[in-house]
Amino acid sequence: MSGRTMLGKLTWSAIPFDQPIPLLAGAVVLVVILAVLVWVVVAGHLPDLWREWITSVDHKRIGVMYTLLACVMLLRGFSDAIMMRAQQAVAFHSNGFLPPEHYNQIFSAHGTIMIFFVAMPFVIGLMNLVVPLQLGVRDVAFPTLNSVGFWLTATGALLVNISLVIGEFARTGWLPYPPLSELTYSPGVGVDYYLWSLEISGVGTLVAGINLVTTVLKIRTKGMSYMRMPMFCWTTLASNLLIIAAFPILTATLAMLILDRYLGFHFFTNDGGGNVMMFMNLIWAWGHPEVYILVLPAFGIYSEVVSTFSGKPLFGYRSMVLATMAICVISFMVWLHHFFTMGAGPDVNAIFGIASMIIAVPTGVKIYNWLFTMFAGRIRFSTPMMWSIGFMVTFIIGGLTGVLVAVPPADFLLHNSLFLVAHFHNVIIGGVLFGAFAGYTYWFPKAFGFRLHEGWGIASFWFWLIGFYVAFMPLYAVGFLGMTRRMQHFDVAEWRPWLAIASIGAGLVLVGILCQIAQLVVSIRRRAELRDVTGDPWDGRSLEWATASPPPVFNFAILPDVTGEDAYWAMKRRARDEGEHEPAYGPIDMPRNSPTGFVCAFFATVMGFALIWHIWWMVGLGLLGAFATFVVFAWRDHDEYEIPADEVARLDRANLQARRNLVTAAGSI
Amino acid sequence: MSELDEVHRRLEHAPGDEEQVSVRLRVLGYLIGLALAIVLTATSFFIAGTDLVWQPSIPVAIIVLAIAQMGVHLVFFLHITTGADNTNNVMALAFGLLIVFLVIGGSLWIMANLNQHMLPMDQIMQMQR
Amino acid sequence: MSLAVAQDDPHHLGVLAKVGHEGPASKRIVTGYGFWIFLLSDMVMFSCFFAAYAVLLGQTAGGPGGAELFNLNNVAVETACLLLSSFACGMASIAAEVRSHLWFQVAMAVTCVLGLAFLAIEFHEFADLVARGAGPSRSAFLSAFFTLVGCHGGHVSAGILWLLTMMAQVYAKGFRADIQRRFLCFALFWHALDIIWVAVFSVVYLLGSAA
Repeated sequence: MSGRTMLGKLTWSAIPFDQPIPLLAGAVVLVVILAVLVWVVVAGHLPDLWREWITSVDHKRIGVMYTLLACVMLLRGFSDAIMMRAQQAVAFHSNGFLPPEHYNQIFSAHGTIMIFFVAMPFVIGLMNLVVPLQLGVRDVAFPTLNSVGFWLTATGALLVNISLVIGEFARTGWLPYPPLSELTYSPGVGVDYYLWSLEISGVGTLVAGINLVTTVLKIRTKGMSYMRMPMFCWTTLASNLLIIAAFPILTATLAMLILDRYLGFHFFTNDGGGNVMMFMNLIWAWGHPEVYILVLPAFGIYSEVVSTFSGKPLFGYRSMVLATMAICVISFMVWLHHFFTMGAGPDVNAIFGIASMIIAVPTGVKIYNWLFTMFAGRIRFSTPMMWSIGFMVTFIIGGLTGVLVAVPPADFLLHNSLFLVAHFHNVIIGGVLFGAFAGYTYWFPKAFGFRLHEGWGIASFWFWLIGFYVAFMPLYAVGFLGMTRRMQHFDVAEWRPWLAIASIGAGLVLVGILCQIAQLVVSIRRRAELRDVTGDPWDGRSLEWATASPPPVFNFAILPDVTGEDAYWAMKRRARDEGEHEPAYGPIDMPRNSPTGFVCAFFATVMGFALIWHIWWMVGLGLLGAFATFVVFAWRDHDEYEIPADEVARLDRANLQARRNLVTAAGSI
Repeated sequence: MSELDEVHRRLEHAPGDEEQVSVRLRVLGYLIGLALAIVLTATSFFIAGTDLVWQPSIPVAIIVLAIAQMGVHLVFFLHITTGADNTNNVMALAFGLLIVFLVIGGSLWIMANLNQHMLPMDQIMQMQR
Repeated sequence: MSLAVAQDDPHHLGVLAKVGHEGPASKRIVTGYGFWIFLLSDMVMFSCFFAAYAVLLGQTAGGPGGAELFNLNNVAVETACLLLSSFACGMASIAAEVRSHLWFQVAMAVTCVLGLAFLAIEFHEFADLVARGAGPSRSAFLSAFFTLVGCHGGHVSAGILWLLTMMAQVYAKGFRADIQRRFLCFALFWHALDIIWVAVFSVVYLLGSAA
């Protein structure tokens, strides 16, 4: 097994010289990365990049990097999507332009990337950026660990992308069901790329989860009791509790598959007494909570956005908290509905079916709460609000089709059909992605100090929304017509027009994405006129708007003292009524930057790559390096630095002055 | 920070920390824990090997003893107690236990049901031959 | 008036709205709590291996079952080692708190030796099983057995690596606050491994040989 050469299974034949598409894509990506690197070095940004970003342990910077990773990987995942739609549009009685083995890799990579490296980093990035600000504190519980978590996630993403040009990716779908994913049927390195990139990024996600739970439960400013927390903090808590409870299951399950593939164990093999259904069972015990890990933060974002842009406190706060925590627990009791058709009896199917329908109830409660928050409010239809309204309409459709497939007999008809594909895209795009976009537009000014261009944002919203409907409603129809998922070509004439329409929808979404890129470029170029001087561009209600945009590294010069719900709204009213006094500034201790995360991720990448290609000496090297990194980190003597009181006062006074100017200006009108 | 520490010492508890008492009492606490653990372990091993007790009760007894011993470890070694200052720690533990219970219980139930309705893979393969 | 009340309590929390909060917790509590949550997530991971073991218990593929393979005397010695090492680790906790270097290093050394003894016995058991043709690739039951017990063993090995690093660090740097926090986490880890072992010897070895 150990290979004859120094490089294990790695040879020149691993690079797919005969396949133009991945090679070209890989070459383009490589050129872009090199160009960016050259630009960074030539323009002299490298020291800044290292000091301000790569080694940063500032939760805001790490949040931004998570989000950036998600956006870049969205482009990768979307190019997979548009290739699949194009393939199915032309593959009637023909082979299309993608050979089967390549097509299989594309749908596997699309799902893996979109869930693990787009949706996850997007919501984790937003939580990282916002939650400490909303809680009125200076950082997360474990700043350096936060950086480690991010870089491990990036490692996973990197490994998936390396598979594009060195070797291959899994052809097994986004969840590698055995026995197909076992060594007998997938002898290549594709499944290994999948397994190791998820094991490594899974550790990163677990770290982020522990960090955020501890932050919400233990690090809140004075007076911020549980029932005064903004809804986004509650959903963050619930979502990260789910991460802590669910990701170890993923790690364990994939570890079993790894043992099967690497050491000849018999967990899921056909022979030796293995049981493939054990894999389905365990992977979905993670997989279903994962859905709620993604969507709960999005629910939190909608709560913030809807309340802010309706100018009202959130309707039904208590029921919202209750619904969130109920989802958190019930989401662990429904996992069998992903394999109703795989042999369970009527009693088991019925109970899990009913549980799946029950979980729709708290979600429904939330929808009503958002609607009642808007009711009689003074609604501003800015971009974040548009995403939220688009979400409500779209998510209801997705939710209802979900309740439909929660009925076991109906699921027997729809399982693995394109109806199912349409359903989960309906909830993930309409729920998670729209929420992420709402949060991106809503908090962008907080992160960078200027707003995003409104016109391009609205344009992108409409293209996304219409594109989504055009792309996925036809998939419901072909699902009913009996088309199963993951077909590389087909021979049924009735499906053809629907698939053609769906590909047009994908094109519209592409325009939506281009609008978003244009929005970013235009906003950066016109940042002077879009500047957010006060730190409160939307007339917000929670504490992240109580500090400057972008916030100083310490977030708050004086930790706010919270006396009620909607903390910042109350502070604004009090300031209007009573005026402000200058607080007594003191020096602030902040955690020092650390390259631990980056170095650790470097060794994790080395180790992951070596494991995939069976280069055992390199595995040892990576392990040793990672351990040494931690020891070096543990050995340092100073983990904090002090910002002097003068500096704190200078930064804070500037922001307070800007706010006062605005109030005076408004008063004079 | 030290002032803050003082406030929290009264209000909250880190998991693993215990009350500020004399070294002698703390050693005694660990000794009691160790003694209880040894008694429970010994009983478990004894019951597993004996035919003095009614045989079908053995698995139940072993599991009950195991749970009791885990409790002993939690209280005497990890100092997770039910005091008011320990609420968050216990809540987290309860959530963890719920998940452990759901994963193990759910898996056993589902897999038993699947095995009953669908033959395991090797037997299917045998039938195809 | 009623409007003003509604403004002060927009979420209609009533008395809950009056509950205050002291502000951020101390670093020791934050660190300990974070690590406690990590331990719980580790327990969930073990629960998967337990579930796999329980499901695959009967899948011996014609190979040997637990009753033929397990040697309860070995297991009793292993258990004794771990229990005593947990006690020694508790003594190290006390020594760390009263800042006694000598007692700390002695207690940690005892913890380490007992942990290594445990590992040696376990390694011997595994090697013996493999030599008898009952390695992990023999059957699904043995795969699950080796993974579950081996995962615990892996944790103990990692714990020993951590333990040695802690000893060196305390020797070099003394009982600094951050090192005390790190030691709190280590102690939690070591005690938690004991809890897992209780489950392992009860479910795997005792029930396995009784059945």
